[in-house]
Amino acid sequence: MESAILCVNDLACSRNNSILFEKLCFELKPGEILLLEGPNGSGKTSLLRLLARLATPESGHILWQDQDLHSVHYEYARSLSYIGHAAAVKADLSVDENLNCLAPGYKQQKRYEALEHAGLQGLEDEICARLSAGQHRRVALARLYLEPAPLWILDEPFIALDKVSVKSLENLLRRHSQRGGITILTTHQDFNFGEIEIKRLNMTDYVPDEYSMQEIAGEVANGQDVENK
Amino acid sequence: MYEKLKRLYHQLGSPRYFYQISGKFVPLLAVFSVALLVIGVIWALLFAPADYQQGHSFRIIYIHVPSAILAQSCYMLMAAAGAVGLIWKMKLADMVAKASAPLGASFTLIALLTGSIWGKPTWGTWWIWDARLTSMLVLLFLYIGIIAMHGAIQNVKNAAKATAILALVGAVNIPIIKFSVDWWNTLHQPATFKLTEKPAMPPDMWVPLLICLLGFYVLFFLLLLMRTRCEIIDRERKSKWVRLMAIR
Amino acid sequence: MAKFEIMPEQKGSSFSSLALRHDNGLFSGFWNILKRDLLLTFRRRSDLVNPLFFLLMVVSMFPLAVSPDQSLLRDLAPGIVWVAALLSTLLAVDRLFQRDFEDGSLEQLLISPSPLYLTVMGKICAHWIVTGLPMALIAPVMGAMLFLSPEGMLAMLASLLLGTPTLSMISAIGAGLTVGIRGGGLLVALIALPLYIPVLIFGAGAVVAANDGLPYSGQLGLLAALMVLAFTLSPLAIAASLRISVDD
Repeated sequence: MESAILCVNDLACSRNNSILFEKLCFELKPGEILLLEGPNGSGKTSLLRLLARLATPESGHILWQDQDLHSVHYEYARSLSYIGHAAAVKADLSVDENLNCLAPGYKQQKRYEALEHAGLQGLEDEICARLSAGQHRRVALARLYLEPAPLWILDEPFIALDKVSVKSLENLLRRHSQRGGITILTTHQDFNFGEIEIKRLNMTDYVPDEYSMQEIAGEVANGQDVENK
Repeated sequence: MYEKLKRLYHQLGSPRYFYQISGKFVPLLAVFSVALLVIGVIWALLFAPADYQQGHSFRIIYIHVPSAILAQSCYMLMAAAGAVGLIWKMKLADMVAKASAPLGASFTLIALLTGSIWGKPTWGTWWIWDARLTSMLVLLFLYIGIIAMHGAIQNVKNAAKATAILALVGAVNIPIIKFSVDWWNTLHQPATFKLTEKPAMPPDMWVPLLICLLGFYVLFFLLLLMRTRCEIIDRERKSKWVRLMAIR
Repeated sequence: MAKFEIMPEQKGSSFSSLALRHDNGLFSGFWNILKRDLLLTFRRRSDLVNPLFFLLMVVSMFPLAVSPDQSLLRDLAPGIVWVAALLSTLLAVDRLFQRDFEDGSLEQLLISPSPLYLTVMGKICAHWIVTGLPMALIAPVMGAMLFLSPEGMLAMLASLLLGTPTLSMISAIGAGLTVGIRGGGLLVALIALPLYIPVLIFGAGAVVAANDGLPYSGQLGLLAALMVLAFTLSPLAIAASLRISVDD
């Protein structure tokens, strides 16, 4: 039985000076896929950004292979592929140039192979300004074929993709899981990862309690010891 | 003893305890500052001797010099509080830094205005580009940048961190700016008598100056405490203890 | 019809056998971003040329506004060109981080394994090559328009070459703090202008000295010192402020 690679303990996040979620805990073992669920604004994207170290949590710890993220931030950065809402694609560069910027250090042969897997064969030297939003997203996802790092954090990866690309991405995620990689994603669309079991996390389970003025007034009127509760 | 100090440190760092403890100091500080300022100002205006060269207009330095000194001290305090908040993530330090920015800007403005008032009878003009006043002006610009930054960022924690960085960058630059403005000034004003420099002062001149300076410092701490308390209430308004206080 | 090859199954691979992202060496981040930003600027030529035209236009305004008198312009020339260079740098810094912020590249830079300090340095170097360096090189042209002496033009070139990197770095601090804030352009000016003052004083001072036939190596030395200080410390401030600005 393999031990958990990614552990999240008591994580709390705030946005706009109020707490979005707190006491969030989960563990992920190799090969697992975690799906974040919840309505818009419940903190799914915020949690993904916390895990990608783009934001700092209000409280709590994230452990990667039993060590705090701060102490292993370099190894963690090398283990992580984060693809957010924005595709991080430069409109003035070609598809191949963009892939080279996002995942530098690979030979052109391998890059072209990855672009082929992503369905962009023949478009390698096309300037991205002339491509559609779906093609931009495929350029961003090509990185996952080129440089399959152990942990994938994907924010709405299926957006703007056509049916064929969706199937291709589902296959990719399934392969990643079978190889032992971890994926954390959010999506509003239906998907099918075959026999891979998907863990789900509902953000609404972690919304904090708010003390309304009426509640406190009521407690005071009842003579309860409010301050030290 | 060490345990007591540690506990005191943690307590002071908590906004709630700071609010309660500082509440006891506010009346005391108010009395002190008013007393010192009244004594200092009356002594300065009525009993201190007039300068043999500049006459009675010299008396404005009893307000000008303390406010200039305070403007600079306030910037250092703001930068230090910002650094503490940035490194040790102490919420109270952030609040102190935010509260002190407008105070420092006000003191700088007072220093500039009194400097200008002093200038009219002395040099004949309302403004002069000498090293001291120009440095004060640049300090005012630095303060305005920080205040503008506080207002522009919505998220309070990020605003505190960003302004802390700005205050530290400014703090590193202030000696450089002063040096460069001094150098620039010597190029264009070879006059040996520096008009804003204090000549050696007899005791019956610098004692009231010291009293005024102390009064200004106490006033500054008083205002800082009051502003920080307001800041605490504002930030923690959703917490239980604040709402309880509002009800009671 | 695109071909989708399913990758060969690798049953039984353990987690530790999964490849990590490439480590291309310590300075790879620096060179990669330098090449990328230079490539982007050359693809969009207007970024290269607009700041230069702005500079020329501002410099041309002064004879129109003041007087075309030769000796007057000669005396004012160092100040005019330097202030115009300041303003031009301020305008150009807007696109340093804004575009990356908007399309998500900034986030990828922050997450990447290569140190942010070097990435930031790479961006600023690329920015200086396409804004500061051309400004310094057309300085003689502007000097001729304002009747500078040959020594003055040489000093103008040298002081701009040494001063514009510092200006770029200071404005980058402002840009890093305000990226993502609405109306950030004016805020960058409020933050950066007070910090520009030492560079302005020594830079323009060098040209004034050269114009009068005096030695100016001291001013150039101070400019170089400021440049080194900015080069070592500003990426720290910029990296910290970028992390704050993205954390929203």
